[in-house]
Amino acid sequence: MNLTLKVWRQSGRKDRGRMVTYRVEDVSPDMSFLEMLDVLNERLILEGDDPIAFDHDCREGICGMCGMVINGVAHGEQVATTTCQLHMRHFEDGATITIEPWRAAPFPVIKDLVVDRSAFDRIIQAGGFVSVPAGSAPDAHSVPVRKEDADAAFDAATCIGCGACVAACPNGSASLFTAAKITHLSLLPQGQPERLTRAKAMVDQMDAEGFGGCTNTGECTAVCPKGIPLDTIARMNSDYLKANAK
Amino acid sequence: MNVTATIERGAATAPVNPPEGEKLRARRPGGFLTSSNGKKAIMAVTGAVMVIFLITHMLGNLKIFAGRESFNDYAHALRTLLEPMAPYRALLTILEVVLVVSVVLHMWAAISLSRRAAAARPVKYAARRKSQANGYATHIMRFGGITIALFVVWHLLDLTFGVVNPKGFDSTPADRMIAGFDPSRWYVTLLYVVAVALVGLHLRHGIWSAFQTLGVANRDRNKALRPVAALVSAALVVGFLAPPLAITFGVVQ
Repeated sequence: MNLTLKVWRQSGRKDRGRMVTYRVEDVSPDMSFLEMLDVLNERLILEGDDPIAFDHDCREGICGMCGMVINGVAHGEQVATTTCQLHMRHFEDGATITIEPWRAAPFPVIKDLVVDRSAFDRIIQAGGFVSVPAGSAPDAHSVPVRKEDADAAFDAATCIGCGACVAACPNGSASLFTAAKITHLSLLPQGQPERLTRAKAMVDQMDAEGFGGCTNTGECTAVCPKGIPLDTIARMNSDYLKANAK
Repeated sequence: MNVTATIERGAATAPVNPPEGEKLRARRPGGFLTSSNGKKAIMAVTGAVMVIFLITHMLGNLKIFAGRESFNDYAHALRTLLEPMAPYRALLTILEVVLVVSVVLHMWAAISLSRRAAAARPVKYAARRKSQANGYATHIMRFGGITIALFVVWHLLDLTFGVVNPKGFDSTPADRMIAGFDPSRWYVTLLYVVAVALVGLHLRHGIWSAFQTLGVANRDRNKALRPVAALVSAALVVGFLAPPLAITFGVVQ
């Protein structure tokens, strides 16, 4: 496969950045998207050029590092996958592919496609925890949890914090991420004591970081590699309203 | 030979502080009404007030099919609600104030949230973005809102104050309505069709969105809430367009 890539290059935080066009030849359809970039980077290094910086770690869809917007869609058009799980066979030979970093003011570009997602860490620090004695794992069934709640909490807990929701949101909102974390804890018995203070602290932190508000477009859920459902946001809204009514 | 592998990665306990050289972005969170969720709740509640108004407004309009008398009697009845317990137009004025306050708050929250959204994405995407979710109707809420607001100005000048109506202010409501949608003024009818269609699109997303914002929606309830939102919107569009179209096409004279 021969491809034309239009990639966002930005040397650092201060640089304005620009789109740069690259030709990549003899791409195997069995390569993952990141492997295709590795091949391009090897060539760039051999040519004495600066390789394209992009985040990646596990390359098996669970770490949430490899965020990039491919042809205008976070993690590419393949549903419920991260960029590392996207393979080149989904692209046509001769295609032009646009690759951009997550675009959001709270996610400043560090270099090229790498953005600083510390804003998510600060949202978690604001309340994404349970203050219980940790110790060893409790016996199963020592605290009963309804099967439906356990399933929904687990679905929310699969969030890998990649930030695709923010990248896809027309408002640059972090609602799906924050809601996933709030839902994960607020459905379980251990999360009940801090349930309302948690929702308030995390939502207020989300605002303070400069993320936009949610307009319920559902673009976040559509691109979420873990398919976090939109009703987590309703649960967050409900908890936040209750916290403010107190 | 001494072989040491160094793997460069952040420790799990690494401090998560704002990046160096960047001033602390975090502002002190304000009160509920300055939070994005608070503003959304305002939009949901004020939107609900407007939807209830629209439903009664639409039902009232249908009186034109029962004749001019019936329509004018209904308009008069609105002004004499609760008489003689309350003075002429008392309850109607209160309802109008509630409605205007709702409209103003809805617009204030919308503008404020739009500005926040614009600030959250200072650099736009180069690639054209395709909606991955519920289509474009959910993405034109702001455009729809502005268009509807401009239409409401025209609508009030036309049928309430009679400024741009052939019959003027000193006429019965039914006269203004029938003269306003006269076949010769087909372009006015066309304007109403476009505007009401936009109201329908705005509400199809807006009604469901209000339930989501107020935390009422969930996976099971959405099976009912989404069709109800679509049905109410469709009913409002049909109900609002029936009188002007019937007048323009000569069914009601």
